[in-house]
Amino acid sequence: MARIDLVDLAHSYSGDEAPGSFALKPVSMTWRQGGAYALLGPSGCGKTTLLNLISGIVTPSRGKILFDGVDITPLSTQKRNIAQVFQFPVIYDTKTVRQNLAFPLKNRGVAQPEIDARVAEIADLLDLTPYLWRKATRLTADAKQKISLGRGLVRSDVAAVLFDEPLTVIDPELKWQLRSKLKALHRALDLTMIYVTHDQTEALTFADTVVVMHDGRVVQSGTPAELFDKPAHTFVGYFIGSPGMNIVPAEVRGREARVDGHVIALTRGYGGFPPGIKIEIGVRPEFVEVAPPAPNLLKADIERIDDLGRIRFARVRVGNAKFAARVPPGFSVPDRAAGLVFDPAHVHVYANSLLVEGSS
Amino acid sequence: MDKTINQKAWFLVLPVFLVVAFSAVLPLMTVVNYSMQDTFGNNQFFWNGVGWFKELLDPSTDLGGRFLTSLWRNLFFSAVILAIEVPLGIVVALSMPRQGWSVAACLVIMALPLLIPWNVVGTIWQIFGRPDIGLLGYVLHKIGLNYNYVSNDLDAWATVIVMDVWHWTSLVALLCYAGLKSIPDAYYQAAQIDGASRWAVFTAIQLPKMNRVLLIAVLLRFMDSFMIYTEPFVVTGGGPGNSTTFVSIELVKIALGQFDLGKAAALSLVYNLIIIIVCWIFYTVMTNAGAERRVKKGVA
Repeated sequence: MARIDLVDLAHSYSGDEAPGSFALKPVSMTWRQGGAYALLGPSGCGKTTLLNLISGIVTPSRGKILFDGVDITPLSTQKRNIAQVFQFPVIYDTKTVRQNLAFPLKNRGVAQPEIDARVAEIADLLDLTPYLWRKATRLTADAKQKISLGRGLVRSDVAAVLFDEPLTVIDPELKWQLRSKLKALHRALDLTMIYVTHDQTEALTFADTVVVMHDGRVVQSGTPAELFDKPAHTFVGYFIGSPGMNIVPAEVRGREARVDGHVIALTRGYGGFPPGIKIEIGVRPEFVEVAPPAPNLLKADIERIDDLGRIRFARVRVGNAKFAARVPPGFSVPDRAAGLVFDPAHVHVYANSLLVEGSS
Repeated sequence: MDKTINQKAWFLVLPVFLVVAFSAVLPLMTVVNYSMQDTFGNNQFFWNGVGWFKELLDPSTDLGGRFLTSLWRNLFFSAVILAIEVPLGIVVALSMPRQGWSVAACLVIMALPLLIPWNVVGTIWQIFGRPDIGLLGYVLHKIGLNYNYVSNDLDAWATVIVMDVWHWTSLVALLCYAGLKSIPDAYYQAAQIDGASRWAVFTAIQLPKMNRVLLIAVLLRFMDSFMIYTEPFVVTGGGPGNSTTFVSIELVKIALGQFDLGKAAALSLVYNLIIIIVCWIFYTVMTNAGAERRVKKGVA
């Protein structure tokens, strides 16, 4: 049971304090007890570093980590009540499944009857009971990942379970099963779970709070719906959703954005921006429709149509910018030229890549 | 699938076939030929059938006695060598650094004994152990130990064993080190999270992950120590008495000392057979372990 607070936490592997050398740039945030979090970001964005800092495998070069308000930064991994599941299944080759699960308790000097009881309970929870007496090496990758997880769960003191891209080596059809299992476990046990992944589907289906990281920085944390509707950073808009958000340079004044000489209405008003700031507007393809060309619509050249089955997206070109836009059902696509219809409520304004909240 | 049938391809194998015939098959058959005959010199040979082999396996005869004594002696020697070098090699590998410039330094220093010709190793230790001019012998005498590998069986054995440990432990250590390096960091991190002690990490992760390289190390060290000749021959010449006369030394004595080609040939064949059988056992064990691993992969 623990709330985890990160206080001005940062890490640089070289120990160098130069701004460019931080694998994780200073971050302060709170992980609430019992939450299901996903840390989402491309490879090399610092998400594994953040995870390893929390589990204590890596000691931060700056800042503090608090569990329930207690500073545990200097504590070793053993002394933190954390379990971690790694990208590749870690199992102890010579041991049976039962011995694997009992290992963390044995190491902590727990009495045998209690070990047996806990192992039986967790094996039951993870559907591992039929395999208890088998050698762990003989099992499939997903069973091995369950064992890795089980070794964390047997400990009664565990407050948080960290997952580092745990489904990488699992077959696609088993990924679903294992992910639902994790969801079910999260509901059944009152545990904080932090799940690192670069797969947005995994993140959005698993977590109730998704933390998006980019270039060593946490750029947004929120529910999947928040990330979708209101990306706080152009990176989030681009990274989440498929296809990603359309982001084009624009001039914004008052309740109007000007792209390529064409005016797009905004629902909120924006004051003047100082010069030298990069102003862009972002709108998800879901909220832009292609229409027959008309004088009051932004002109676009259709390059191709992606038919995703349920929905069709047109890949178009506006001036030099590439755009994706929804093709309404039953709409027969014109040759090349088309107009774009924007849903003003979903057009966001970004200054230097950060979302600007306008005034209503 | 249509295969082109072209028997001329056999000609491509011919050079290898000839080389192997002249380098291995013909000499071996010569030995087989000798092992069935007796000679009294002058290049005159007499048919003896399996006589030498019978004598070889009968401890009451001179040949059998010498062979079996040296065989047991050699097996005991190999056992001692393995019992010392394998654990020591593991300990050395475990205590080697994992990164930084010191890795390269350690590897080079440890590879040095392996690069010294066997004859030279023997000479080094022969001189090193001498009480008059050798550092080791001199120091042992100064602290009051009556160490003399020329006259004392135990001292001779100790010298030969320490020499072999000095010469070959790094091989075991280097193999184990390679095995250790191949363990992903996640295993150590998981063990840390599981609260494993140093000993538990060793028994649960490091030893199981090293078992394949260890098998190779044991095989190599068994073979080498079972066939040992040069180093003890240079240091002790097989003595004092016959106390360090291993099978190969005995073989050379019979073949070149007494020129008993028949006996020597029979002995070499049996010696060879023992080595091949042990190799085969090791090979079977190793490939079985490999097959097991493949099955696991298939399941996963």
